[in-house]
Amino acid sequence: MIGVIARRLALGLVTVWLVSVIIFLGVEALPGDACTAILERDAHGEALDACRKALGLETPALDRYLGWAAGVMQGNFGMSASGHESIAQMVGYRVRNSLLLAAGALSVGIPLAISLGVVAGLTRDRWPDLLFSTGAILAMTIPEFVAATLLILIFAIWLGWVPAIVLTPADAPPLEFFPEFILASTVLTMLMIAHVMRMIRASVIETMASDYVQMATLKGVPYWRIVFRHALPNALLPAINVIALTVAWLLGGVVVVEVVFNYPGLGRLLIDAISSRDLPVVQAITMIVAATYVAVNLVADLLSLMLNPRLRSHQARRR
Amino acid sequence: MTAPPLLDIRKLCIGFRSRAGAILPVLHEVNLSVCRGESLGIVGESGSGKSTLALAAMGYLRHGLQRLSGEVIYDGKDMFDRPATELARIRGGQLGLIPQNSGQSLTPTQRIGTQIAEALHLHCDHDPATHHARACHLLQQVRLPDPETILRRYPHELSGGQQQRVAIAMAMAGEPDALLLDEPTTGLDVTTQAHILDLLRDLARERDMAMVYVSHDLGVIARVCDRVQVLYAGETVLTGPARAVLRAPAHPYAAALLAAIPRLGAKGLPRALDGRPPTPDMARTGCAFAPRCALATEACHTERPDMARTGDGQAARCLFPGKVAERDAGREPPPCATDSPCALAIEGLSVRYDRPGLLARLTGAALPPATVAGITFDLRRGETLGLVGESGSGKSTILRAIAGLLPPDSGEIALGDGTRLSGAVERRRPEELRHIQMIFQNPDESLNPRQSVGDILAQPLRLYFGLRGQTLQDRAVELLETVRLGAHYLDRRPGQLSGGEKQRVAVARAFAAEPEVVLCDEITSALDVSVQAAVLELLNDLKARHGTAFIFVSHDLTVVRALSDRVAVLYQGRICETGPAAAVYGAPNHPYTEVLLGAVLAPDPDHVPRLLAEDGVELAPPARGCPFQRRCPVKRGSTCETDTPPARDAGGGHVIRCHIPIEELRG
Repeated sequence: MIGVIARRLALGLVTVWLVSVIIFLGVEALPGDACTAILERDAHGEALDACRKALGLETPALDRYLGWAAGVMQGNFGMSASGHESIAQMVGYRVRNSLLLAAGALSVGIPLAISLGVVAGLTRDRWPDLLFSTGAILAMTIPEFVAATLLILIFAIWLGWVPAIVLTPADAPPLEFFPEFILASTVLTMLMIAHVMRMIRASVIETMASDYVQMATLKGVPYWRIVFRHALPNALLPAINVIALTVAWLLGGVVVVEVVFNYPGLGRLLIDAISSRDLPVVQAITMIVAATYVAVNLVADLLSLMLNPRLRSHQARRR
Repeated sequence: MTAPPLLDIRKLCIGFRSRAGAILPVLHEVNLSVCRGESLGIVGESGSGKSTLALAAMGYLRHGLQRLSGEVIYDGKDMFDRPATELARIRGGQLGLIPQNSGQSLTPTQRIGTQIAEALHLHCDHDPATHHARACHLLQQVRLPDPETILRRYPHELSGGQQQRVAIAMAMAGEPDALLLDEPTTGLDVTTQAHILDLLRDLARERDMAMVYVSHDLGVIARVCDRVQVLYAGETVLTGPARAVLRAPAHPYAAALLAAIPRLGAKGLPRALDGRPPTPDMARTGCAFAPRCALATEACHTERPDMARTGDGQAARCLFPGKVAERDAGREPPPCATDSPCALAIEGLSVRYDRPGLLARLTGAALPPATVAGITFDLRRGETLGLVGESGSGKSTILRAIAGLLPPDSGEIALGDGTRLSGAVERRRPEELRHIQMIFQNPDESLNPRQSVGDILAQPLRLYFGLRGQTLQDRAVELLETVRLGAHYLDRRPGQLSGGEKQRVAVARAFAAEPEVVLCDEITSALDVSVQAAVLELLNDLKARHGTAFIFVSHDLTVVRALSDRVAVLYQGRICETGPAAAVYGAPNHPYTEVLLGAVLAPDPDHVPRLLAEDGVELAPPARGCPFQRRCPVKRGSTCETDTPPARDAGGGHVIRCHIPIEELRG
């Protein structure tokens, strides 16, 4: 078991390293560099050379990669191109804010998606299922910016219950985002519920039709005990990986929703950095997002391994 | 019988609503009654409604089925009229079910102990503190060694036989009055099957239980049942005492089923039963069996027969009960000329699944013994070699290695002309591939469901012979006709075919390549006996016509006997005994062959299988000595553990690998 975890962890680290190389090469390949971005029209002649010297851009790419990678490992992403600001500090708050938004959406969304999926699966083709499934398809098809705009129209403008957009600065204490971030996290909840719910519904239907559920019925196990003891532990296993993808997607910053609500998260920072050609910041954010995906999927894999006895002994034997 | 029946099903009709809206019957006015201490066998082909009947006895219908009329009386009250709580108390309590596939019927995420404890918790009033001891006792009762360990295991960590025993223990937890058994030994090895049937007989006798035993296998029924009820197309066509039904069945369908069973005693092919049973949407005019009945008259097609009694206690739904076709002996397979040229030569083949890791190779750690080792044989043109052994004996592994699907660890595979074949299928040339074709166990998985039969047959024809257009079409039709399917099958997809038809298409595909060697991997074990007999006949025809050589792998000794010229008996990936079929199935035998042959069931009420060895499961062959040392009933001290048994020649190419001299094995 420990061997399996170690192997997965090593594989995850290799993935992150490959991503870092690709990102670095990608940024290298772009025309221009941080100095042309900073100096804009003055980027020529002595000014450019001086800037490049100051930022250490004239050293070979390999050296710069190693320096950058060493910094990243210590949590130091270097300086932003535009404002002479430490990227670590700048990104730090944004990561926290995105986490806050994701936590808001996940804490409501996951339990809700699981319960709706289970109810829909158990009442297959009857009205609760039809209601939830149609709702899910609707939520999936409406683009997030439309849903966001509609919610702002209804709850912020007509009813005036919550603020329409977020005006709190990025480095404010977490509590100050309340109640401003409610609408944003509601839109995210709607989006993710649909995916997870449909997955769980399908899984529950399959499990309820399995031989072991039929056997449990014929063993005289009462219905709800079958659902909770025999069916759900098996039905939720395949959902772990879908939930993990959703979590990673949320943690990686959700660009459109953050932009619509003016929410100071990672996604909006990325957009800002791209439009101002702040390549070091883009590099840093991409690294963080990649690492998040790898980490969340790693956790999900290990979780399935722990919860699924079949997978566990298969791994142990490694035929 | 004076005692009132424990379970009484009267005129039960069960059906489903078709897409067109019509109600189609699956069971039609079926009666069934069983008393305490009595065991009733329900026999029929797949689709006859026998499982539906067993489940209905517990007041349970599969999704989409509904009761149309009739009653299922248990303990004076209809099961379908009982409230859910009452049903839950009876199910798993007074009425226990033992399912067909225990592997899939045990909840995969729960330990065995948890599942047995649940049954005890639901149906026993004992103090929960005693549950652990009770669970251990139950596992001992079903003869599982080391119950403490088994209780901590998950279902997938047990063998098929062990899972089946756990299912029986779980049913016994409720201290049932009646057991319903839905093909509980189908898919198990002969030895395991014989042990489980023995166990069930003993349990039923000890507790004076009623048993309803559903099976397509009359051999199993003969072993455990007092009475037999034969279902055909959802109707009872024959009931009677097991002895009478097996000796002289009063219904032609039962007679045909019996004739389709291959037997150890009789050399030659079993008789196939042509045609297929009517589907629920066919109109019921006349006798349902008339279209397949050799004795059918004009009246049989128009007049619906009632149950008619015969002298010996049977009742048959037949206009002419007791009149059955003369059973002519099955045709013998054509003998293979001993001097025909070699088609395939295997020399010292060995296969291992667990490849040594880098660390093990560097440190030179001792390797575990290979899964399959030392396989050497020649196959002549037109010869059939049977490979028999229990599951895990490596017989399919050998086939896969020959086909190139599993690269061997060492050894040589050569064609008749001396061409040595590469171990990997992708490195073989098309002409080499054409020589060796394989037919798989399950045609559902080996035929692409999205291709039509025409597409499936066209592939090898295009690949090996470059046929195009009309010539390709003609050849495909010709192939279909050789497997006794018509041109109208070309456009059908596998999903529209029955199990037997699908396997025929698989056979036709293999023969499209005009191979010299055909590898058959358990190709009849997923089929009904009647269909199995037809496929065996077909293979035999093809062999006679084309001189093809077959390697026929099966766990069923009777099927191998019916078809093979030579037989090799495998245990733990090593050949124990090999020789001409008549010699291997005669005497003397390797102790393992003896065990296997003893456990074979026959559809004969007087046949009692001999259980010579435990049906234990071994995960890996022993590192030294005889592969069979751990289970051998006649093991001779430490020699068997340390020395590889010598190949002893019993004459006529009959070789036995055993430390015991031939003369003593002869006894």
